[in-house]
Amino acid sequence: MTQTYTITAFSENHIGLLSRITIIFTRRHVNIHSLTVSQSAIKGISKFTIVVVETKEKVEKVVKQIDKLVEVLKAFYHPNEEIIYQEIALYKVPTEALLASDTLEKTIRKYNARILEVMPEYTIIEKTGHCEETQELFDELTKYGVKQFTRSGRVAVTKLSEELLSNYLKEIDEKQLEHSANR
Amino acid sequence: MKKTGSEAVLLSLIEEGTEYIFGYPGGAIMPVYDAMMTVDRIKHILTRHEQGAIHAAQGYARVTGKVGVCMATSGPGATNLITGIADAMIDSTPLVCITGQVVSPLLGTDAFQETDVVGVSIPITKWNYLITKAEEIPEIIAKAFYIAKTGRPGPVLIDIAKDAQFGVLDYEYKKCTKLRSYKPVPAYDEEKIKEAASAINQAKKPYILFGQGVVLGNAEEEFRTFLEKSGIPAAWTILGVAALPTDHPQNMGMLGMHGNYATNVLTNECDLVIAIGMRFDDRVTSSLNTYLTKAKVIHLEIDPAEISKNVKADIPVLGSVKETLPLLTKYIEKKEHTEWIGEFKKLYAIENTKVIQKDLYPETEGLRPGEVIRIINERTKGEAIYVTDVGQHQMFASRYCKFNNTRSFITSGGLGTMGFGLPAAFGAKMGAPDRDVVLFVGDGGFQMTIQELGTIAQTEAAVKIVLLNNKFLGMVRQWQELFFDKRYAHTHMVNPDFIKIAEGYGIKGKKVLNRPELSSAIDEMLNHKGAYLLEVSIEKESNVFPMVPSGASVSDVMLEAK
Repeated sequence: MTQTYTITAFSENHIGLLSRITIIFTRRHVNIHSLTVSQSAIKGISKFTIVVVETKEKVEKVVKQIDKLVEVLKAFYHPNEEIIYQEIALYKVPTEALLASDTLEKTIRKYNARILEVMPEYTIIEKTGHCEETQELFDELTKYGVKQFTRSGRVAVTKLSEELLSNYLKEIDEKQLEHSANR
Repeated sequence: MKKTGSEAVLLSLIEEGTEYIFGYPGGAIMPVYDAMMTVDRIKHILTRHEQGAIHAAQGYARVTGKVGVCMATSGPGATNLITGIADAMIDSTPLVCITGQVVSPLLGTDAFQETDVVGVSIPITKWNYLITKAEEIPEIIAKAFYIAKTGRPGPVLIDIAKDAQFGVLDYEYKKCTKLRSYKPVPAYDEEKIKEAASAINQAKKPYILFGQGVVLGNAEEEFRTFLEKSGIPAAWTILGVAALPTDHPQNMGMLGMHGNYATNVLTNECDLVIAIGMRFDDRVTSSLNTYLTKAKVIHLEIDPAEISKNVKADIPVLGSVKETLPLLTKYIEKKEHTEWIGEFKKLYAIENTKVIQKDLYPETEGLRPGEVIRIINERTKGEAIYVTDVGQHQMFASRYCKFNNTRSFITSGGLGTMGFGLPAAFGAKMGAPDRDVVLFVGDGGFQMTIQELGTIAQTEAAVKIVLLNNKFLGMVRQWQELFFDKRYAHTHMVNPDFIKIAEGYGIKGKKVLNRPELSSAIDEMLNHKGAYLLEVSIEKESNVFPMVPSGASVSDVMLEAK
């Protein structure tokens, strides 16, 4: 049975890592729904957040292959229940729709969206939320004519008190201490 | 100490104990070649094609256990390495491949002989890197060797921009001993080992399947101790072959598509499998739905990604087998499985009558590959290094060579690269100059890298080439006969006079057409001091059996054509 999984991989910040990671998906014919790369909480370490809809078995195998990459410190995967996640969407609508009546304003309030910029020609609305929520607003706004729309990849943190990677880093630190103690 | 980037490349290789560079020069790597004129503590072997260079490096690495080094220029030089890199990746062979690259300002401009070889080789290297500054060279080469040889070994490619080769640096070499993101050997869990031992102690019909991991982990001794205490019958994958002497009473033979009869059939009779350093390749398992139908699986493996990749491991034992096998030996009870081994022997007897005797002592008019391989193996007392190309002769050689020593069978297992044999045999000879190196090669594969006769001639490497010539691409022909209604599409070959070709290179040769000439010709080849080409005309109808038809179950292994 397929379901949505969020894969997170922590890696050295090196050139070419993105290729190395995405090629693992390509080879196994797995489609990437969204992908976000950013600095992690730990200096010098990048975090990849990749969303796929796949079987657990396949995701497990992909994650093991990512984990195997020399420059990846650790890779994890989570079903939606284990994480808090968010996406951001931007919508460009004609400003006249805002001025013509108060329905657009009510919609923005209702969806907890906000206006980033108002220009004579267009207005930029921003909404954060899950994909279905930003999609719902998009559907709502189509009647005003959405001139541009974009949605970011997912960002996610686990429901654990610490980053999973911290345990791994602690582990290697301890090993190194042991190692030097043994000398 | 001030050095040029090029000198730093060579000095770094020397620091890592490199004896030979197998390579081919060209524009973008010329500064490094020029530095070879001054830094001469390292021998360079000029092959006739870059593919020859990398297969030679593979042959060298496989017999010595050291890292093989090859070198090529940018563009076509680099892309000619690709087949060998893919081969080394799938067969876990430690290599460092160094390629020249266009000067860094020209990167990405479609410059002359520019290929993004780092991009191209991502999925077939364990690691790769583009060096654009001279000062990176020692550190990156140190890292390359460390990654290539530790954990599950593999090929590493280092692409060096020409301006980095010309650049000057303060040279200082420090070996790489750790990387924070790379964990070559996972820590073992003693509880899992105890769990595995208790499963082994309780099993009625346990079965050991071992692969190249035993050899790569230098754990042949540890494996044998475990095997003998356990009393369990064992079978090998093609790359595991020489890890256990062929005549060992618990050695039941080869697994897989052209493996032995008993070893395949009884896979579905055992109640426990102990898989050691093998990866359940589809040529071993055939259809997974009908594989190991009654067995629990213990998997001893260094690469976590192999656990449950193809076959679910009930008890995974991560770690180096060098460490985990002795612990497992400690916790198991000493046992004998005479009756169970008897079942293997019974089935072996059937195979022996129906297939093996007919292959080894044929009564057909034409010569058959099995008898040629048997006689050579007998004359060399199983002490030679046997190298093969890919196809029928490869299967005959792995089935019928008897081995006494580890690292004595060099073959392209996972990738099945035709053309691998000749250069790999040459590389093997460079790695083990005091041992006989015999190559078994077909007329198809021989012609894929035949130009390496030039390398053999130039270096005077005494490689014994046994060309089994049936004027056909035999394995494909066999499939056409069995599964494509005898429609022999493009498998017949009009061949040149191979003996004349060898002669052209100054290599002695002889062609054998009939059985009575065979024995003395083999002696002549083995007694000849230098390289030798023995061409044996074999009957084209020889098929390799047993055979598990693709998609079938291992239990349905065929002993003859239906």
